[in-house]
Amino acid sequence: MLSLEQVSKVYQTRRGPHRVLDKVDLTLERGRNIGILGRNGAGKSTMIRVISGAERPTSGRIIRGMRVSWPLAFAGAFAHNLTGFDNLKFVCRVYGVPFKPLVPFVEEFTELGSFLREPVLHYSYGMMTRLAFALSMAVEFDCFLIDEAMVVGDARFHARCHYELFEKRKDRSFILVSHDPDVVMKHCENAVVLLDGRLHTFPNVESAYHFYNESLAKTPEVIEQ
Amino acid sequence: MMDSSSVTSFGQSFAIQCRVLHALMMRELITRYGRDNLGVLWLVLEPMVFTLGVTTLWSAIGLSHGGTGIPIVAFAVTGYSSVLMWRNATSQCTAGIEQNKPLLFHRSVLIIDVFLTRIALEIVGATSSFIFLSSFFIFIGWMPVPDNLLLVLEGWLMLAWFGGGLALLVGGGSAFSHLVHRLWHPISYLLFPMSGAAFMVEWFPKRLQDAVLFLPMVHGVELLRRGYFGNVVRTHYDIGYMAECCLMLSLFGLYVVREASRRVEF
Repeated sequence: MLSLEQVSKVYQTRRGPHRVLDKVDLTLERGRNIGILGRNGAGKSTMIRVISGAERPTSGRIIRGMRVSWPLAFAGAFAHNLTGFDNLKFVCRVYGVPFKPLVPFVEEFTELGSFLREPVLHYSYGMMTRLAFALSMAVEFDCFLIDEAMVVGDARFHARCHYELFEKRKDRSFILVSHDPDVVMKHCENAVVLLDGRLHTFPNVESAYHFYNESLAKTPEVIEQ
Repeated sequence: MMDSSSVTSFGQSFAIQCRVLHALMMRELITRYGRDNLGVLWLVLEPMVFTLGVTTLWSAIGLSHGGTGIPIVAFAVTGYSSVLMWRNATSQCTAGIEQNKPLLFHRSVLIIDVFLTRIALEIVGATSSFIFLSSFFIFIGWMPVPDNLLLVLEGWLMLAWFGGGLALLVGGGSAFSHLVHRLWHPISYLLFPMSGAAFMVEWFPKRLQDAVLFLPMVHGVELLRRGYFGNVVRTHYDIGYMAECCLMLSLFGLYVVREASRRVEF
């Protein structure tokens, strides 16, 4: 089980403290999944980072009763002066996973060929995303954190991610954040809406969908920077 | 983060930390020294080149300490090696957070792990270069054999402790303000001439002696030289005072590092 208890996250900005998450509660049982809907700038990515443990909450606590991934396909978790393979080795060492058996999968999935022996800083964004996704799949987590906005790439890559995640690993938990209610509707068995730092819960995806669409209609979408 | 229980036992945490330190160690070795040319040997060669350069320079300008009976080469090697102990670890840690930021994205990789790795590498590098250089100079007869190896070791360990504590404090401080990173460089240059590397406390008048003995590393260098040269030199040190300073640096350093971990933002 994964649970968030009264989690708040406040960032210091030049204009004073900015509260992104305000006493958020959330529980996810093993094997279940949930979608988090929110507009641009609603704090979805912050929430994913806090759940993953990359950032600490300002207050409240997070109890991880299962192995929770780092934000999926997030290309920022690389040492850029290391090669693709060295990054894979790093991840394997940190998570205690043997390296060798993973090589064929990573080679096949990333289609990076000899680039896996080049420093990541020479990669294009698409190449980095492919590597990042493959590394996330290399460690067998119980719960995957998916920031939909981060998974960029062509249709073929999307299809492969889809297969790896939603078909091969459909017994796992996942938390999917998205600004697109249709994506959440398609993949998640339940959904919550993040609005002004508060998390709104619903009995089913449909009511979350309606609430979110209405909130969109009420206020014009804020365009991020 | 381990399987079923939400509470991680001490044993599990220890295992995780060991994995993380190993991973970071390999990462540092690859990025800093690479796989080409001499590779990891640079860990030792880098401080060696520095020490050799300073030794040559000091010998050339004839920093002879008329009548003090101290061989210049041994004086330079003991002095500069001790500077490397506290200066490099601290410099490496002030740059450590920025350079390893992407890796901090993995929940189990913490700032303290980055610092411990870098401190360990610097101490290993400086120690190896010290051992290698003194062995070499002793072999060709430019340096005497240490008078009391145990005292040398004691001085060296105290300097390592001082370097580690200072690195934690200044490195942790760099997470709070870029000023810390910027200011460290001029401060380290200013500290170098005062650190005891290039003088013996005995050479100064009493009032100046008291002033330089305020700096903890001076005690370490004096002890190191006491061990190396024996009774040929008169040394001034108070290891109790140095230990107190190191303890305070370490504790305060650990506290600052913990606070720094709470402030990591992406």
